[in-house]
Amino acid sequence: MATKNALKVIGTLAAAALALAACGTTSGGETAKVAESIGDGEGQVSILAWPGYVEDGSNDPNVDWVTQFTADTGCKVSYKPFGTSDEAVTLMRTGQYDVISASGDASLRLVAGGDVQPVNMSLLKNYPDVYPFLKDQAWNTVDGKNYGMPHGWGANLLMYRTDKVSPEPTSWGSVFGGAAEHSGKVTAYDSPIYIADAALYLMKHKPELGIKNPYALDADQLAAAVSLLKEQRTHVGEYWNDVVKEVQSFASGTSVIGTTWQVGANIAQADGAPVETLLPEEGATGWSDTWMIGSKTKNPNCAYKWLDYIASPEANAKVAEYFGESPANPKACELTTDKDHCTTYHSGDAAYAEQIWYWTTPVAKCIDGRTDVKCTDYSEWTKAWTEIKG
Amino acid sequence: MSLQTHPGTKPDPGTLPGPAVVPRAKKNTLSAFLSRAPRIRLAGLLTAPAGWLILVYVAALAALLITALWTVDTFTGKVSTTWTLDNITQVLTDPVYQIITLRTIWIALAVTVIDMVIAIPIAFFIAKVATAHWQKILVIAVLMPLWASYLVKAYAWRNVLADGGLLEWLGAPVGVSSPGYSETAVILTLAYIWLPYMILPIHAGFEKVPDSLLEASSDLGAKPLKTMRLVMLPILVPSIIAGTIFTFSLSLGDYITAQIVGGKTQMLGTVVYANVGAANNLPFASAVSLIPIVIIMVYLFVVRRTGALNNL
Repeated sequence: MATKNALKVIGTLAAAALALAACGTTSGGETAKVAESIGDGEGQVSILAWPGYVEDGSNDPNVDWVTQFTADTGCKVSYKPFGTSDEAVTLMRTGQYDVISASGDASLRLVAGGDVQPVNMSLLKNYPDVYPFLKDQAWNTVDGKNYGMPHGWGANLLMYRTDKVSPEPTSWGSVFGGAAEHSGKVTAYDSPIYIADAALYLMKHKPELGIKNPYALDADQLAAAVSLLKEQRTHVGEYWNDVVKEVQSFASGTSVIGTTWQVGANIAQADGAPVETLLPEEGATGWSDTWMIGSKTKNPNCAYKWLDYIASPEANAKVAEYFGESPANPKACELTTDKDHCTTYHSGDAAYAEQIWYWTTPVAKCIDGRTDVKCTDYSEWTKAWTEIKG
Repeated sequence: MSLQTHPGTKPDPGTLPGPAVVPRAKKNTLSAFLSRAPRIRLAGLLTAPAGWLILVYVAALAALLITALWTVDTFTGKVSTTWTLDNITQVLTDPVYQIITLRTIWIALAVTVIDMVIAIPIAFFIAKVATAHWQKILVIAVLMPLWASYLVKAYAWRNVLADGGLLEWLGAPVGVSSPGYSETAVILTLAYIWLPYMILPIHAGFEKVPDSLLEASSDLGAKPLKTMRLVMLPILVPSIIAGTIFTFSLSLGDYITAQIVGGKTQMLGTVVYANVGAANNLPFASAVSLIPIVIIMVYLFVVRRTGALNNL
């Protein structure tokens, strides 16, 4: 009797859960109309962004570019930071946010989910200044429609301890084929997206695999990258996903060679750790963020104003310097407090930027243009990553 | 005239005003009804706690199980509600998940055994050797680490275990080297973090052993070790098992320590975290998280007869 009742209760709950899920999965696929002009501000804008991208002086009185924006446009900013691209995608789906700073591994998902709208870039007066190599890229432009304002970018570099690694490395081979030399002291980025680093290495050293883009791997190519990474694993001491932890490993000598972001190298060098970074001969993976506008926004004018403002030389300089990245607008380089900022981050170096394969979500439809095969998607990469780490 | 002011007066139904009688009569009907129907009385009493339990516990588990049977569109991140056993099949058949499960169980067991070995003498000392004044201080000392954040403790161990860290510095003269960031580091750190959860139930167990019983054992000629084995241990077993439930289940689900000092160690928790936090694949993460639930249910089922569950 009791069991029967319990079953009934569970059944009812299951039905309720199903109903809820059904509501959640209704797709908001249709594309919003592209704006033709920017009107008066609505008085507010809500922004979803990486921590450090929207500062109003409340964290550090010296770091504030939001107050200026509100004074200029009358748009009050409410800001919600997110920790990962996946959190960003989930939050954006609620439709509560007008603007989002999306990295390349989130932007295509937002477009496909109908969560963001195309942006009329001709309305944004700072857009023409933006570095050309950041425009019309796979992570911000879909089917010829532009989805937003490029923000800063950076590369995933190779870092090594100058006192423990010699001669100076020149290739990613130092952490793949040559990893045995520093066995147990090699570090790698702890994310499925790191598979692209191995794919990039194979692209240059095993041309017979036919990899044209490290984010478009068919099953065979993925298997080759996985076996390379499994080989690497035996020499890895630690996988990192927190740049502070990584810097500490390099400082103590627990890690002596591996991937880093420039900001990590700067922190380590400021602490006196003997580390150097380089962009190896194969090039590198990297990240580039895009400011996008929500498809359900009620404040489109303020959203457009934010996209334009954040790419202005003054604001872009402040963000890039505070966050530790390359600005999108070259005019920002003259306004940074540290005059070497753009040199350190190779901001205007198109040849340097060309060697960078920016993070893009791997999807089943191959982004290198192949139509005869199905590519592996991000969930397959995640499962492969679990398998690699063992 | 009223009934209350004249208890001795025999009530005369004919003269009583209607309204004064009706509420009493109603109340009587309800309580009389309940006293005649014990099942309904019981149901009434149990509805609130049972409802709460179902809402918080059973519903959560059911939701988890249902989610594990769904799939996710990995591109848009939207859950598609088609039923499939793929996730569960993959978790059960893929060797990598079997290895991770075994490793997680091994880590949880090692942590539990280490904590047990350290906790029994400490708990014995606090409960039976220390004076009443010191007992209080020592119990506070055991509780003290719980006041510090888990993260701070785990990061502190990261520094202790680093190359050139405290452990290496202390260990160098006696030839002990740091295990670095590894599985051993995870076991050490978890054993440190969960230790109070083992000491406290065992301490409570020792407190229950009356001193007179130990004196009687001694009077009858038992040596301390024999008293320990034949008198104290049987009384203590439920408390020790209560402690192991804490350390074992907490280690089984941990993912933070593994990320901070684990180097490249994967546990079930880190796999769940990777699938929820990185891949947004909730159904697959649910399927993985069913493993520790099953393990701990089996463990609880095995130990339920020892009376350990009354000591939690």
